[in-house]
Amino acid sequence: MEFSYNIEGGNFSRAGSASSEVKKILKQLNVNPSVLKRIVVALYEAEVNVVAHAYEGTMQVNIDPSVITVVINDRGPGIPDIELAMQEGYSTASPEVREMGFGAGMGLPNIQKNCDELSIESKINEGTKVTMTTYFN
Amino acid sequence: MTLKEVAVLLNARIIHEDGHLDKVIRHAFAADLMSDVLRLDTSEMLLITGLANLQVIRTAEMSDICFVLFVRGKQASPDMIELAKECNIAILQCKQSMFKVCGELYKAGLEPIY
Repeated sequence: MEFSYNIEGGNFSRAGSASSEVKKILKQLNVNPSVLKRIVVALYEAEVNVVAHAYEGTMQVNIDPSVITVVINDRGPGIPDIELAMQEGYSTASPEVREMGFGAGMGLPNIQKNCDELSIESKINEGTKVTMTTYFN
Repeated sequence: MTLKEVAVLLNARIIHEDGHLDKVIRHAFAADLMSDVLRLDTSEMLLITGLANLQVIRTAEMSDICFVLFVRGKQASPDMIELAKECNIAILQCKQSMFKVCGELYKAGLEPIY
């Protein structure tokens, strides 16, 4: 099964709506609740990152019987130093993002914690592609 | 303790409960930083927060948290209540500080997650 959602940069009132849709689908598929929680938390963190840092993005979801792969592509400033961005506590978030309860430099490490495989590719002033894979069993 | 007992103890206003009033709560976690909430592996808990925006409800939804208590007189906006209804999340509001609320609930038997 494949699904695709648009993510609007800067629009915090919509942040999480794509992850919410995926959560509903996974619930219908009777995915184990603890695995489901890991998947949606990783998706939500990644979606919030797009809203917080990029102009726009897409979330492409591919669900197989044993695995879910999600690719989040954004058009935005990109990440100059991915290794640094993966460090807990490092953040370039705006005050607005912090007011929303994020921007403490914990998003990317938490995405890594909550998916089985994570790949991040980024080009400065073009955008970032985050690929997350999680197995259902 | 039940959600109803939490509300009575704190003289909290029940904004939305949707059948949750008699549900038993054993654990609580207090935070204004949603990133901290998203790092928790536990779901069955009361989230105590002084942050009132839509992302609090979204965070609860993603984390499978069914009970949210706003402290320091923070109020849930109509769109927050709407989303909470959609996600079946109970919302309480009280006027006390987070420290006071945590102290009262700890004294009444709610346990920390860690």
